[in-house]
Amino acid sequence: MSASDWREQLASSVQSTSAESMPGLAPAQLLHVSAADWGKLARVAKELGCRWVAGWGEDRAEEILVNACLEKKGAYMIARARLDHTAVTLPSHTPYYAAASRSERHTRDLVGVHFSEHPDARRWTRHQAWAEHAYPLRKEFAAAGAPPLQTPPDDSYPFLQAHGSGVYEIPVGPVHAGIIEPGHFRFQAVGELVLNLEEHLGYVHKGIEKIAEGRDAAALARLAGRISGDCTVAHTWAACMAMERASSLDVPERAHYVRAIMCERERVANHLGDIGAVLNDVAFTFGFYQFARLREDWTRLSHALLGHRFMMDRIIPGGVAVDLDPAGIDAMREQIRALRPEVEQLIAIAEDNASIEDRLETTGYLDPVLAAELGTLGYVGRASGIDFDVRRDVPYPPYDRLEVAVPVYHYGDVAARVKVRGAETLFAFELIERLLLALPDGSIANPWQPPASELEGIGLVEGWRGEILTYVRFDSAGKITRFYPRDPSWLNWPALEKLMRDNIVPDFPVCNKSVNGSYSGHDL
Amino acid sequence: MLRILGKVRHLGVISESLEPDDEAALTQIGAQLQARVGERFGGSLAIRQVDAGSCNGCELEIHALNNPYYGIERFGVHFVASPRHADMLLVTGPVSRHMEAALRRTYEATPSPKLVIAVGECGACGGEFGISYASCGAVANVIPVDAVIPGCPPTPLALLHGILQAIGRRATR
Repeated sequence: MSASDWREQLASSVQSTSAESMPGLAPAQLLHVSAADWGKLARVAKELGCRWVAGWGEDRAEEILVNACLEKKGAYMIARARLDHTAVTLPSHTPYYAAASRSERHTRDLVGVHFSEHPDARRWTRHQAWAEHAYPLRKEFAAAGAPPLQTPPDDSYPFLQAHGSGVYEIPVGPVHAGIIEPGHFRFQAVGELVLNLEEHLGYVHKGIEKIAEGRDAAALARLAGRISGDCTVAHTWAACMAMERASSLDVPERAHYVRAIMCERERVANHLGDIGAVLNDVAFTFGFYQFARLREDWTRLSHALLGHRFMMDRIIPGGVAVDLDPAGIDAMREQIRALRPEVEQLIAIAEDNASIEDRLETTGYLDPVLAAELGTLGYVGRASGIDFDVRRDVPYPPYDRLEVAVPVYHYGDVAARVKVRGAETLFAFELIERLLLALPDGSIANPWQPPASELEGIGLVEGWRGEILTYVRFDSAGKITRFYPRDPSWLNWPALEKLMRDNIVPDFPVCNKSVNGSYSGHDL
Repeated sequence: MLRILGKVRHLGVISESLEPDDEAALTQIGAQLQARVGERFGGSLAIRQVDAGSCNGCELEIHALNNPYYGIERFGVHFVASPRHADMLLVTGPVSRHMEAALRRTYEATPSPKLVIAVGECGACGGEFGISYASCGAVANVIPVDAVIPGCPPTPLALLHGILQAIGRRATR
């Protein structure tokens, strides 16, 4: 079956207008689906083997739009239902796709769309800062809101209960015992054995989707760079890509390359830090300090050459804000020459260590079938057999000119996730070398021009955590009227709940670190 | 094992000595703090870090304080897991409304005398997020703040100098 066949099949199975190609939404096609057929769409998509990518709602003055993005073999489709303000109900996709569950709960909390037959009626992103029947993403809801003088703690969330002899609960968070983002984990355990883990997130909800409204392109890029500080490059890139597609703005060749170099540098920095942190969680502090040292070396060169340790705000609408000179190119090459053998050596030391092997292998096992059901992304997916990488499968410039190797394992344990990240680090070195070698001459940015009318765009970027999908729509004045960035953590957080089962409580830190979901990127 | 020892021996000590903070004041220190409070923790300072809504950028740099280059523990400063063991709260922001109660409770759980440093642009003034239905903005809007280390995010060096300045210690070993 060719990539587009399934889209035709899907379109013909439901009441819809024929699939539209809109330049801003490429590589996705847009399919308008009747509300009545919304559930059927998910059923057929599931039968066709599509992946559920993302869902978001949008309040348009005259109607409410609900979108669901599906993917198969690198072809994307955005299904869209139009709802009247007086009947804001749609059949849920969750009975067919577990991946849709939290996304639909988020849409219900923020846009006020009710998903019938959703198996989980509990709120998700909303805690106690706004009322149950107020929806922050409705246009009549002011960004300032009407919060209580002091927002009460959210101590009434109905967690799943476990009963029985010897069963006890461990509540953890939101303030964790380390330098970590806040969230709540509720364990049910017998002795050391975890029967069930349930996550309660949303603590760092900052209203990103709402405060994006009314921004110009430059201000949106800055906000996107602060969705999740550890992947500021990838999120800014995805947001800029979406805005540039919406306004049909070309980006200079050189800017594509500099963007990719920064994105790969971000991948390396995070992989190095996290491999060390996983080793720290199994008490191999030598590995922790060595990888922390390499991460610092790497981060310092980013600062020296690109002006910021995390390369924040270096990607701007239309291009990049910083260029590389020949001395900088040499410095990057030289650093890779020095770091590669060190990383290889440290990985070898860790892999040859029997006690590390004992702690990481079979720990936090995520079954490949389950990984696919949950739509897991990035290294979490690739450690459980999910052979997908946007850079290779839906290549965007400059990756459309490069061969991208994608390491895939099937063991599904913490060890496999670390292995994937080690392999990706070494491959990123190679990619950066190739990008530097082929770096085209020319300008680094084209002047930003807002679209003339209310146009939409999507950005798709393989960040270090996996596929980022970002949706934007401009209003007629060239300002943002809807912004939805879907961090890969949305799909990977639920996997953590599953892979903790039957592990021991003390292995939670290492399991959590091996997934390393973003709280901020998820809570928005 | 030999490889590990070889690596350790070959690298030696890489921790960098800090220049006395000749860089212009990195920390905005409140007057009441400069008076006395910091001296009480002179020998050892226990920090409880609280992410009250950050994008995680500040956390990465706070983490870096423990890497071998900065090695903050050699200055008697260490991070603890419980506010009840802490002398100082290092708070990143903006304070999301969903974290407001948790931050207040953490503050209340920290024994006096205690110091609070707000970290980053968002902690200092709300940054890119400001005040909204979801965000309280600056840390000082929720709990009393003694000092501010701005930056988006502040570099590890700025954090190190800032913390040491706040407790009235010279940044030399």
